[in-house]
Amino acid sequence: MRSIYLDNNATTPVDPRVLDAMLPYFREHFGNAASRNHRYGWVAEEAVEKAREQVAGVIGASSKEIIWTSGSTEGNNTAILGVARMYADKGRHIITCRIEHKAVIDPCKFLESEGFEVTWLEPDRSGRVRMEDLRQAMRDDTILVSLMFANNELGTINPIAEIGALCKERGVIFHTDATQAFGKVPIDVEAMGIDLLTLSAHKMYGPKGVGALYVRRKKPRVRLQPIIHGGGHERGMRSGTLNVPGIVGCGAAAELCRKEMPTESVRIARLRDRLWAGLSEHLTDVSINGNLEHRLPNTLNVSFLYVEGESMMMGMGDIAVSSGSACTSASLEPSYVLKGLGLGDDLAHSSIRFSLGRFTTQEDIDETIKRVVSAVNHLREMSPLYEMAQQGIDLSKVQWQRH
Amino acid sequence: MAYSDKIIDHYQNPRNVGSLDGNARNVGTGIVGAPECGDVMKLQIQVDEQDRIVDAKFKTFGCGSAIASSSLATEWVKGRTLDEALQIKNTDIVQELALPPVKIHCSVLAEDAVRAAIADVKQKKEQASPRPAGAAAR
Ligand SMILES: Cc1ncc(COP(=O)(O)O)c(C=O)c1O
Repeated sequence: MRSIYLDNNATTPVDPRVLDAMLPYFREHFGNAASRNHRYGWVAEEAVEKAREQVAGVIGASSKEIIWTSGSTEGNNTAILGVARMYADKGRHIITCRIEHKAVIDPCKFLESEGFEVTWLEPDRSGRVRMEDLRQAMRDDTILVSLMFANNELGTINPIAEIGALCKERGVIFHTDATQAFGKVPIDVEAMGIDLLTLSAHKMYGPKGVGALYVRRKKPRVRLQPIIHGGGHERGMRSGTLNVPGIVGCGAAAELCRKEMPTESVRIARLRDRLWAGLSEHLTDVSINGNLEHRLPNTLNVSFLYVEGESMMMGMGDIAVSSGSACTSASLEPSYVLKGLGLGDDLAHSSIRFSLGRFTTQEDIDETIKRVVSAVNHLREMSPLYEMAQQGIDLSKVQWQRH
Repeated sequence: MAYSDKIIDHYQNPRNVGSLDGNARNVGTGIVGAPECGDVMKLQIQVDEQDRIVDAKFKTFGCGSAIASSSLATEWVKGRTLDEALQIKNTDIVQELALPPVKIHCSVLAEDAVRAAIADVKQKKEQASPRPAGAAAR
């Protein structure tokens, strides 16, 4: 059976044009960008600075505001721990949300153990933070708000510009994890009042292990206490010899996203809508998780009632997707993001995330519809829950035998 | 994680999918698990006068390993007496399907489903036959 890749929120393939841009920096241009006194160093440095401009250009920033990292896990840690430690004298209160990526949740939890206080906002049922909740959570000692641009499991987009405006008004630093949004939807750090922004190359057709952190330089100038100490690279905020080929790839990938976003976002959204139209036409009891208005063009998270996610993946043949079901994660816990929406755990177990990308074709989508519909029908045929629902039994009222 | 061939076979060609009449006196039903835990198994057995299992059916909501475990359990109980069927151990299922450690709970659930179905049919039979005088009500 043909294999189909619909897990682009987990990672994307490297665009061949990106790879071509990188290769010379593995071969002849192998210099250290910090070598100030010979040509090898200058060539590398020039490439790094060009990439900085390419990344900055996607978000309306200046290239001086871009710090290279190893990806979004590092970027989020650098931003959150860096702000907390730099501004601890001003206050020790941080606001974030329960359905952030673990790379935000865990550094915040770590800060709690160091005596910081964290307010964990509950999202609404579509995964968006409510402005009213954020306003209520703000305190005089709040130093940081960290809220993701777009959720990786749902594709739901937060009201970023409103959050930015509120943070400006209150003099609070605003960090956003834009790993999933970068290159997919327009971002403007000025218009949106963003002070810190995290991105990762491998989610936008660049290589793994490289990313960037935008750090505002003016109004206000944001300062970070570094988490990695050493040679003082990246204005002291992130020491370590720069990954020149990776950075070149990150820059090239960002540039391609910027150029192609207007057409690509339309094409991909159309394919996503085609996928949903096909699934909902052929199957009953399916629903979309996430916000239908404020969302990424490429992400479709669907609950297929009465069937379990992993068994669905098994029945789809070689289609790469991801499931909120317990069975697919090492922890045996269903997705905390879907649970965090307050829709009930059973919905999480029955959910599949389809994330489309640059290399997704209409044939992929049509084939996916066919295989998913047949897998769901096969599984409902043997689902006791489906049978009970058909008999009119209210599953929420059944006394289950938990184990 | 790759699935064993036997799991794939049971998934693609599940044995004994379906339902028996749960109200019948000679049918026992076991329903174990919960939707919010990610698996629910319904396993039913039909017995003859000598307490031998003549038919078995299952329906399962759960991962491929859960489906395979319950499918296999229905195959194994058929033809056995109730007491023989009680001998089926989850470890036998683990071995037969080559379940990885994270899927052992699927086999436990299948064993529980078999036991629950047996208990159900035994209880029905006890209720139907007149109790000896003085037997304690349970
Ligand atoms: C929203 C979000 N933040 C952070 C990360 C972590 O990124 P990286 O793999 O670059 O460390 C991911 C990727 O899984 C993500 O989706």
